[in-house]
Amino acid sequence: MSDGARSLALHGALLALLLAGAFVLPAYHHGVLARVMVLSVYAAGYNIMFGYTGLLSLGHALFFAAGMYGMGLAVQHGGVTPALGLLAGLGCGLAVAFALGLLALRTAGVAFMIVTLMFAQAGYLTVLYFGPYTRGDEGFVLQGAQRVLFGFDLSDAGVRYIAALILFAAVLVGVLALVRSRFGRVLVAIRENEERARMLGYDTFAHKLGAVVISGGIAALAGAAYGLLFGYVGATFASVQYSIFPLLWVLLGGAGTVIGPFLGTLFMFYLIDLSSGYTSAYMLIAGVVLVALTLFAPQGLAGELRRRIWRGLP
Amino acid sequence: MSLLQTRALTRHFSGLKAVETVDFDLPEGEVRALIGPNGAGKTTFVSLLCGRIPPTSGQVIFDGRDISALPAHRRINLGMAYTFQITSVFANLPVAENVALAARRREATSAGVARAVADALERVGLGDRGDQNAGDLSYGHQRLLEIAMGLAQAPRLLILDEPTQGLADAEIAAFKALVRELASSTTILLIEHNMSVVMETADRVSVLNFGQILAEGTPAEIRANPAVQAAYLGTA
Amino acid sequence: MDFGPYLLLASLEGAVTAAVLALTAVGLSLVFGVMRVVNVAHGEFFMLGAVLAWWVAHLVGDAHPAVGFLLALVVAPLLVGGIAVLADVTVLKRVNYDPERTIVATIGILYILQQVTLMTYGPDARPVEPPFNTRLALPFVEWGENGLQLYWPWGLSTTSYKLAVIGAAVVVLLGVWGLMARTRIGLLMRATQLDRDMALAFGIPVERVYAMVFGIGAGLAALAAVLIVPIQQAHYLMGGDPLLLSFIVVIIGGLGSLPGTVLAAVLIGLSDGIISVFFSPTLAKILATLLVALVLVFRPQGLFGVRRA
Repeated sequence: MSDGARSLALHGALLALLLAGAFVLPAYHHGVLARVMVLSVYAAGYNIMFGYTGLLSLGHALFFAAGMYGMGLAVQHGGVTPALGLLAGLGCGLAVAFALGLLALRTAGVAFMIVTLMFAQAGYLTVLYFGPYTRGDEGFVLQGAQRVLFGFDLSDAGVRYIAALILFAAVLVGVLALVRSRFGRVLVAIRENEERARMLGYDTFAHKLGAVVISGGIAALAGAAYGLLFGYVGATFASVQYSIFPLLWVLLGGAGTVIGPFLGTLFMFYLIDLSSGYTSAYMLIAGVVLVALTLFAPQGLAGELRRRIWRGLP
Repeated sequence: MSLLQTRALTRHFSGLKAVETVDFDLPEGEVRALIGPNGAGKTTFVSLLCGRIPPTSGQVIFDGRDISALPAHRRINLGMAYTFQITSVFANLPVAENVALAARRREATSAGVARAVADALERVGLGDRGDQNAGDLSYGHQRLLEIAMGLAQAPRLLILDEPTQGLADAEIAAFKALVRELASSTTILLIEHNMSVVMETADRVSVLNFGQILAEGTPAEIRANPAVQAAYLGTA
Repeated sequence: MDFGPYLLLASLEGAVTAAVLALTAVGLSLVFGVMRVVNVAHGEFFMLGAVLAWWVAHLVGDAHPAVGFLLALVVAPLLVGGIAVLADVTVLKRVNYDPERTIVATIGILYILQQVTLMTYGPDARPVEPPFNTRLALPFVEWGENGLQLYWPWGLSTTSYKLAVIGAAVVVLLGVWGLMARTRIGLLMRATQLDRDMALAFGIPVERVYAMVFGIGAGLAALAAVLIVPIQQAHYLMGGDPLLLSFIVVIIGGLGSLPGTVLAAVLIGLSDGIISVFFSPTLAKILATLLVALVLVFRPQGLFGVRRA
């Protein structure tokens, strides 16, 4: 089988399994999986920058929150429809990503990590500062008509699952197309050797900026969708923790693979879910996994698959 | 007419005059060798040409147009190609993808890219290595891959920084033949230490010493030039 | 209170912040300077110092508060330094001090330390009694009938303990400076900082120097926390702010420069006290984080640093 056909088979099978899950899964796992799908879209956005372009951001919560608050504030205070809210969230994320990219891409390596961390922290504090609108840590709830998208009521668990699956599938297909495109291949070239890519005539700054905008846009879309699907907008989603999560998920699942972000999110979600049944200190698991990954499996789950079995895994 | 000119091109590194007021003319279609002792400023000079580092002062003119202010990637897109002195391939990517990245700048279709990749690899003798990771190639083969990446760009000016360093004798012979073959379609600027390559491939030779042009002429003239001999022997 | 005395009070509070911040940030700066890695878990070492101080004071129990405090002053930095050395040997050394992987690994260490503290020490904030705490009223000058004269404005006061914190920080910083400039260990550290490979070639045990620097850096943070814990209570989430502020100080002072770090700590500490008098603390933090990000973007050598060729 050619790489293209195998890739179609693998990702098609994943989508088919998830679709089947809509009908057979018990209610609890049904709900968990809907969350995992939306959050793995967030991780997929993160992966564009970290996995494919080699830009390690510690501030992606800024984009996730830009999408979530762009949507939430537009729906709550602007009174727009949820569909327009989603667009508003996406627009906010794209604009924030563009501005951050212009500034942060002037730095590289450790400085880039700290700059993104600082901007995200400023974003988090901004959410707290405008407490009268955002209601700070407490957040606000979207309900009733605010969650009816194109006539479908997202507070219904079945509808929510399908909506999450549609978003997930769209982003999965989009990312597959992106990494096979010329643009995507240049991103990989930049990750591998930026100076060489530049000396082949590629405008590496423009490509990196494009990667930041796409990555931030996908993260914002995930944030907006998360707020709409689960009816809650809160400052936690802008905090440092939510910048670390996608890094963790992508590292675990396999950076620079299309399926990795989903695998990592799924695995981590159930691990934390399991452990929070025993202790309130469930973030301990996240810490241990992070350290273990850097020490023993920097390639992640799908990365190991690529290394051992299938070199052409996209 | 000159494809490439520099006027008073200068680069200082905190007091060190790496390149000092160099006026340089390279006519279209010529194969020019750039030689000089270690530390003469050869790599700095070609880095100024293709914009890897900015000049302290002076101009670079390509095809009649002042490109001194253009960033490197814009210059490359005007038709320059630069191969690195220290091999700088995409080690974790397949050989074919390395060349394809170079070819995609000018080939619009994937069939065109595939053709250009196969052609460039064939010409440097790496035709059967396309699937390997570039990092798994031997050092000599990585140098050949560098050259293939240059070829795939089909440049008007090909700048080769010490292309034969680390090559075996048979590979050097093949390289000489390749340069002679390319000479009909491309202007070539070659930094080279191997004098047999210089003598057999170059139309003219420029000698750089302490950041300045010491002499220019045919290979035979340069070989007979006492100032050049002195510079190489270090008695100047 | 009039504006003048108010400003003096804010400056005094700021000086205490600056003193503690300088100690914490110098620890972070030392680690970055010598090892070229960013330790994201630095704030947790600070937190551990405070929690261990409470623990030591609690164990000592009914004796005079000074006994527990003085014991904590010795025990907490040593224990925390030991934990840091352990983290260095088991984790950082094994990722070869690769800058990016070290950041990811220290994020992991951050969560491990924080959550283990939550599991053992619990979610409560607990105080440690200061060894002495005399209230000192402060005079101010005004223009009276007989020219310039002193008066005691109501509310303008500080405590002997706060003044002692400032004094202790100065002494410790001088000690660090002496260690770096005057001792053989300092010489080894500076040699490693200048050129790691050359230091290795000259037979300097670079790995042991790294472990020691990581330990000293963490110990300084813990020491700062012991000093502040009689003023602020010990809590498992208290590491976030010192980490952020230390980042700000180290970046503004120029990465890895000790004098720049101290200068920036004084500047930030004082202005933090003064700014929060006029702005909301949240706005002050927003401005400070943006300032750091922009300094890194436009002036990566720091505000006081010199651009290297």
